[in-house]
Amino acid sequence: MTEKKKAIKPQKNPMPVQDPALRVKNFNEVALGYSEAAVIDEASRCLHCKNMPCRQGCPVDIDISGFIKLAAEGDFAGAAKKIKEKNALPAVCGRVCPQENQCEKYCTLGKKYKPVAIGRIERFCADWEMANGTGSQEVAPPTGKKVAVVGSGPAGLTCAADLAKLGHRVTIFEALHTPGGVLMYGIPEFRLPKAIVQAEIENLKKLGVEIQVNSVVGRFATIDDLMQKEGFDAVFIGTGAGLPYFMGIPGENACGVYSANEFLTRTNLMKAYLFPTYDTPIRVGRKVAVLGGGNVAMDAARTALRLGAEESWIVYRRSKVEMPARQEEVSHAEEEGVRFKFLTSPTRIICNDDYWVTAMECLQYELGEPDESGRRRPVPIKGSEFIMEVDTVVVAIGQGPNPLIPRTTKGLECTKRGNIVADTETGATSKPGVFAGGDVVTGAATVILAMGAGRKAANAIHNYLTGK
Amino acid sequence: MYRILKKDVLVPSINLFEIEAPKVARKAEPGQFVILRLHEQGERIPLTIADFDRARGTITCVFQEVGKTTMELGTLNEGDYIQDFVGPLGMPSHIELFGRVVCVGGGVGVAPVHPIARALKEAGNEVLGIIGARHKGLLFWEDRMRAACTELRVTTDDGSYMRKGFVTDLLKEAIHEGGKIDLCLAIGPLPMMRAVCELTREYGIKTIVSLNTLMVDGTGMCGCCRVTVGGETRFACVDGPEFDGHQVDFEEMSRRSVIYKPQELLAREKYQQNHASRCACKGGTC
Repeated sequence: MTEKKKAIKPQKNPMPVQDPALRVKNFNEVALGYSEAAVIDEASRCLHCKNMPCRQGCPVDIDISGFIKLAAEGDFAGAAKKIKEKNALPAVCGRVCPQENQCEKYCTLGKKYKPVAIGRIERFCADWEMANGTGSQEVAPPTGKKVAVVGSGPAGLTCAADLAKLGHRVTIFEALHTPGGVLMYGIPEFRLPKAIVQAEIENLKKLGVEIQVNSVVGRFATIDDLMQKEGFDAVFIGTGAGLPYFMGIPGENACGVYSANEFLTRTNLMKAYLFPTYDTPIRVGRKVAVLGGGNVAMDAARTALRLGAEESWIVYRRSKVEMPARQEEVSHAEEEGVRFKFLTSPTRIICNDDYWVTAMECLQYELGEPDESGRRRPVPIKGSEFIMEVDTVVVAIGQGPNPLIPRTTKGLECTKRGNIVADTETGATSKPGVFAGGDVVTGAATVILAMGAGRKAANAIHNYLTGK
Repeated sequence: MYRILKKDVLVPSINLFEIEAPKVARKAEPGQFVILRLHEQGERIPLTIADFDRARGTITCVFQEVGKTTMELGTLNEGDYIQDFVGPLGMPSHIELFGRVVCVGGGVGVAPVHPIARALKEAGNEVLGIIGARHKGLLFWEDRMRAACTELRVTTDDGSYMRKGFVTDLLKEAIHEGGKIDLCLAIGPLPMMRAVCELTREYGIKTIVSLNTLMVDGTGMCGCCRVTVGGETRFACVDGPEFDGHQVDFEEMSRRSVIYKPQELLAREKYQQNHASRCACKGGTC
């Protein structure tokens, strides 16, 4: 640390947000983003440690100190370019990465004070570039190799971007009518505006990536068809966690019970919140219970309020500290009026004669010894049954891998749960030329981990295609 | 964008569209379905494949105008485009030599029964077709079904054409005539499929039904289409749409099929008002 000593600012620059009372009535983005002055001030907090501990926390290895230095100097174009060397979707990551468990967790400042708000700076630079920059990126000369990418979520987009930059001809096959995967159907508009996702995807197209929507691999063509008939030299599978889990309790198929996937897809992808201007309906009752404690559960509970629910409850079988959701998401939910019933889990869903949900019978839990996840195991309390009146239930207890590709691909090794078996460093599967990464391999995780897997696979595919 | 190559109004409010979709046609099999979305504001609706032509790269869909989206679809003409069209989705029908098979089609369900009956006959089965409609004016594809089946019997609910009665009446007669029935396939309105299953259950005739549930993505992602089959939750979009009819919980399915009834009515009403103010038909049937 050769630079002259500067006074350390202990706190992060606060993120301006929409007022909770207002935002709960709209779908606009909650976090409004830093001003130019705030981003320069925040970037100047960085100590630029020689060993760059923050970088080890980044799944895609961004030169964090480097881009923050440029941002502190007001060179946002330079900062954005630096980020894009490693991250194809910075405007997305700046918004949805759990920085507190990644880069910011290792920030030296964070040991004594609050860490540098790396994510917020990343977001500003990416947004600035989107508004002002040229977005031009260098692409290597064509290699003549064709790669198919199945799925256009974070893993597929990253893999496609990297391969295109290396000069390969990339075609993405997306099952839905819009590319983006979970960024479009899952994460709500108020957390990740869809225009931002589409702008990032436009950048990808500028690299020469072709995107074919309405293309369900496993149905219109199998993986073998792609390689043998369509002339693809390699395939990357990034189909995500597209299979909703249910509780397996009585009454779960009643009217008014949604999987979080359905609840969020109707709202985000199909824009049911704009019904009847948009044709897709959704029904949110007066009192909504969301089962689960992850980010998806928070998204669903907050969405329910915006759709007009009077009460929105998170029902979670462990306690607050065990919730896997990001702290920021939990705070935002609390501010908006989402209520929490901890140490509670339903045993059955009760419905009326028309088969509509009217209540849940729940059981109360207490925390016992830690389980294999390291969290204290919830133990049901005998005789603690009680009735919770609700008219909508959203099941947000997790998602598994979509079974379409495993079912239709010969020679592709999968686990008992249906996840594709792939090398953690290369994404190589049991099938030559076929690679996989993201949630379809790991089970439901984060956007950035999927992106990291997409990047590793892109490198491995490049080596495979060039015979290295 | 997917072009409509041919439009044929089979009977008032039931249309046939031949749609250019080579990627879908290449792999389409009897029993599968497609999902379409008309435009940016549109909803995704599933339609069962009524026919396909791999050489020409086309898919034939037959649909009845019942809600906003199907009414809007019905206003399109040859040369118009549908924004999104994805498939083939779902599991194909299981085709093998069963022996003697009865294929029952009710109402608009005659369309999806047709390619399955044809494939069953091509596989060497003796196929008895039974089709029905509410009245003469709603019956279509009698000729096509006659060609696809070994024998065809036709009924109308009100007796305005051929004999009076339900498809289940004809099915019961066929059963009582004796002769082995190795498999029954029934596609049509839910109450019809349910009635067929109740009848064949008595006689121990295995019966396959094709379930037209609500859907969003159609790839197993949302679970909107879940049905209880043999006490287990299955997804009609990826596990079906065909299931063992004797195992299907029809009561649950019919309850789930009307989840959005109020919204559907609202959307239809709004559409009809808008349409009436714009169209020369003044709200009639254009």
